[in-house]
Amino acid sequence: MLRLDCLQAVYSELENCLVVTIMGATAAELHSLGHRPNFFYLQHAMGLASSTGLGLALCLPDREIVVFDGDGSLLMNLGCLSTMARYRPRNLVHVVFDNESLLSVGGFPTATSTGTDLEGIARAAGIPRVLTVRTVEDFRTSVKDALEGAQLTTVVAKVEATGPAGYVTDLALVENRFQFRRYIQSLKRQ
Amino acid sequence: MPVSLASSKVIFDALKGCDVRLLSALPETWLVHLIRMADDDPELILVRLAKEEEGIGISAGAHFAGIKSAMLMQNHGFLASINGIVSFAHLYKIPLLMLISYRGSFGERDPWQTQGGNVTEALLHAMGIPYSFLDDTETVEKRIRQAQTLAESSLQPVALLLTRDLMWEE
Repeated sequence: MLRLDCLQAVYSELENCLVVTIMGATAAELHSLGHRPNFFYLQHAMGLASSTGLGLALCLPDREIVVFDGDGSLLMNLGCLSTMARYRPRNLVHVVFDNESLLSVGGFPTATSTGTDLEGIARAAGIPRVLTVRTVEDFRTSVKDALEGAQLTTVVAKVEATGPAGYVTDLALVENRFQFRRYIQSLKRQ
Repeated sequence: MPVSLASSKVIFDALKGCDVRLLSALPETWLVHLIRMADDDPELILVRLAKEEEGIGISAGAHFAGIKSAMLMQNHGFLASINGIVSFAHLYKIPLLMLISYRGSFGERDPWQTQGGNVTEALLHAMGIPYSFLDDTETVEKRIRQAQTLAESSLQPVALLLTRDLMWEE
């Protein structure tokens, strides 16, 4: 399963969500499908995309928040699973693309390649709904269900360790950040 | 426990007076009253963290949502947050109001706190983070308000060091 195909499969579902991605391939691939002002790409600070999603979810309980996390990033901030589980916002969908690799920095294998089970960790941390998917169709269904459901969900998507040739886009980091905040503020005025 | 309840109340009221609606915190001795007050206040979202760096992401999310936030941490929690501050708050121009208990400074009796006390201000300097001290209940309200004003106008982290003189009674 390719991450790009997964993103493509749920792209239309993201239109009314607030989306936070991790750095590197995940950000570049979502951007390549067509940037929207409701997408925020956290191009550094590994581990904090999930925390950013939690902050958004707690402050905006009427909006759906989607985080596209990765195995390397999540392993850097496993504590966030316990924090998310503690507050378990119903409007947060936490997707973890697990390619068993630190792909964006050279493809070194992460601990999920030697048996660390992110689904098990998320479940044991107390995330109320956790599942692992291995096909694009299952991925699409799981994200759609999580968006329509009312339970904090972590979806671990096992994907291949491949990505785009480059990660830099023409969207400056600060431009993305201001655009994202302005978009959210415009929603409040509607 | 000689943590000052009165000073904690002044700090808490000042934060609320600045329209802070979300507080992230990781417990440490000097912060116990503040965290309890936040927990008891239905107008505030209190996020209890596993590690302080999470608070950078949570405050960024709050900022995007248009909600003012503050972070309560020990200086060792600040040390544990440095990459988040540099690679998120600085890189993306995110305002942060950081209230940092200044352990390991003059009067510190816990040997394990002392090394962190030595490096706290040097690191704030090195990172270019504007900071001041909360050391007197008379000036707490004004200083918190001014720190928040600067964080919001400059879109960067600003630190207030909670001192022993303010937080500890004995």
